[in-house]
Amino acid sequence: MAGPVQKESHRLKSALIDATLAAFVAFALFSLTLGVKTVDSVGGLTLKARPMLLATVVGIVFVGRLLLNLFWWNGTWKAPRFKRWLPAWPIPNVAAYGTQYGGIGLVIAAALFPIITYALDAALNLDLPLRYLFDLSILVLTYVMLGFGLNIVVGLAGLLDLGYVAFYAVGAYTFALLAAHFGLGFWMCLPLAGLLAALWGIMLGFPVLRLRGDYLAIVTLAFGEIIRIVLLNWTEVTNGPNGISDIPKPTFFGLAFRPTGEHTFAGFFGISYDPLHGIIFLYYVILALALVTSLVTVRLRRLPIGRAWEAMREDEIACRSLGINTTIAKLTAFATGALFGGLAGSFFATRQGFISPESFTFIESAIILAIVVLGGMGSQIGVVLAAIVMIGGFELLRNMEFLRVVFGPDFDPSQYRMLLFGLAMVGIMLWRPRGIISSREPSIVLNERRAVSGDLVKEGHA
Amino acid sequence: MAYFLQQLVNGIALGSIYGLIAIGYTMVYGIIGMINFAHGDIFMVGAFIALILFLALLSFGLTFVPVALLLVLIAAMLLTAVWGWTVERIAYRPLRESFRLAPLITAIGMSIVLQNFIQVAQGARVKPLQPVVTGGYQIFSQNGFEVSVSNIQILIVVTTVALMGVFWMLITRTALGRAQRACEQDRLMAALSGVNVDRTISLTFVMGAALAAVAGLLYLLYYGVIDFFIGFVAGIKAFTAAVFGGIGSLPGAMLGGLVIGLIETFWSAYFSIEYKDVAAFAMLAVVLIFFPSGLLGRPEVEKV
Repeated sequence: MAGPVQKESHRLKSALIDATLAAFVAFALFSLTLGVKTVDSVGGLTLKARPMLLATVVGIVFVGRLLLNLFWWNGTWKAPRFKRWLPAWPIPNVAAYGTQYGGIGLVIAAALFPIITYALDAALNLDLPLRYLFDLSILVLTYVMLGFGLNIVVGLAGLLDLGYVAFYAVGAYTFALLAAHFGLGFWMCLPLAGLLAALWGIMLGFPVLRLRGDYLAIVTLAFGEIIRIVLLNWTEVTNGPNGISDIPKPTFFGLAFRPTGEHTFAGFFGISYDPLHGIIFLYYVILALALVTSLVTVRLRRLPIGRAWEAMREDEIACRSLGINTTIAKLTAFATGALFGGLAGSFFATRQGFISPESFTFIESAIILAIVVLGGMGSQIGVVLAAIVMIGGFELLRNMEFLRVVFGPDFDPSQYRMLLFGLAMVGIMLWRPRGIISSREPSIVLNERRAVSGDLVKEGHA
Repeated sequence: MAYFLQQLVNGIALGSIYGLIAIGYTMVYGIIGMINFAHGDIFMVGAFIALILFLALLSFGLTFVPVALLLVLIAAMLLTAVWGWTVERIAYRPLRESFRLAPLITAIGMSIVLQNFIQVAQGARVKPLQPVVTGGYQIFSQNGFEVSVSNIQILIVVTTVALMGVFWMLITRTALGRAQRACEQDRLMAALSGVNVDRTISLTFVMGAALAAVAGLLYLLYYGVIDFFIGFVAGIKAFTAAVFGGIGSLPGAMLGGLVIGLIETFWSAYFSIEYKDVAAFAMLAVVLIFFPSGLLGRPEVEKV
């Protein structure tokens, strides 16, 4: 009966060895990068050793790895139950049973959100940070819309686009320039911005028609960078790095959101002016835009062109041999995706009131792509959830002032925002490699409707 | 003419650095078919490790340049290789059998993590290093315009050529290289014939990271300043170079690196420095229209 005991000690030994190795690796990783800090001083850079910090990090790795080895991976503790519970978190059930109800519920919730919070705040004098709350929701909705738009290109057509932000930029600059030079308003420029972005989508589409997979990815990335560099350097037109400011706000059927003057919203309805009115209006504008994007996507999937996209994603050669014109399919996918990117960009410009090339870097494209993939490609609710988690969570980190109590007054939480953002991206992907919502509605059904698990679907073989 | 020659020399030096980074992209792409977006940031980490090692050696009073260079080179290659290994182990290996976009997203995530880790740990300021390799030769003079080759440029080209030779031998002549090529063709079949696939892939990342560390060291010596963001631009350029030459092809990566370096240098010299990246990227698009799988890449044959 010495078996289990021996096994136990053996396990402890191997866990210790493993943890020691991990600590060694951590030491190699962090000894120079974290254990030593380069400090600016008079005669150039000098080094400052931080042995305590290094020891703490290596210690955390050692202990963490040891605990993981002993309890988590061997499954003696409560680990297996917890593990089984974790992936079966209610999210997939939502997807399986209530995609349409969930969607409608989300829409209603989103539509009522500002009214209810505004009314509650006014009635109960809660003094909520309404302005911040609405601004944040507008930001999240902008990313939701961008996610929907990119979803058409990546999720439906399977074309990996790493330069989506280019169309966002085209839309934003179209509106800003038209407003600055010709005095056109938001509603006039919105369709123009969308069309122009779609045109750029086709222009990008042409040279990349023959490219596949990662060649396509790098050309789209390059395209995004080209647009940004041109915006940055073409100073006569775009005002270069200084950007364009004083972009007008949208009007409500010709009624402006101003405290004084003629044709104001407050004046027409005979209510007192509140700066929140304009923000709530912006919220509804972006909500409507996002819903239009979503609706168009859903309807397009049922049209021949949408089916051609999905067929092309699954197998381009089979698609061509069935007589589908992949040239048209690719170009329309790029154009449609770009159209919505342009609309979102135009909204971004009017909301910010100021744009500069700074806002259209590669990292934006990466965030949008991450939202699409993390949400579960092809899933609209997934995109919404991922946008809320990533953008909302990212914003929350701004307000982590209480961490100063733990780490001391020098601790600046906002410094760690991007670091945590990156870690979250990796973490969510490892946790759910197919995205938060990994089941998909089949676009065509034979006899009965069944939920298709994401694992059965090969998608985005870009 | 003299001006042209001078730019040629500068372009080759820059292109060699791009080529060294591009090899890391191309090897990883060849073996597991993914874009390792974090590779540019591994290069940046390599440059920081080299910088800190130099400062450490200087503070210990080691001023004999060749020895210092050799020590820094070896140590930076080793330590950066650990970074490459760790990134693969944490972010890519668990997703090996997943669909293709999953590792791409973790790669972008890792790139953000590495950048911001260095920013938090070392500060966002630009880090200067006093010139380590100085001097040069004047090779040609015309109408008062001198063409000179600095020692650091010679060092860059010699190191690159030597490393290319070593890696070429490694891949064509050794058991490890054979295993790598086997994994490249068919991972399952390679595993069935006794190749340790996980180990081979890990070693590929280690090799790529070691080369990126060399590139980081050379970049640091050449420009004298680094910051946490250099990995992004250099990474995109190097990836462009890898695609240019035909992704998956080792000579292609080197060739692509040289072409991108030359385009950039000549464009800056004769047209405008602001649009040098536009020139490189536009050239990429044009070349890909005529050679959809790069200059030296094999066209992908798809069986139906």
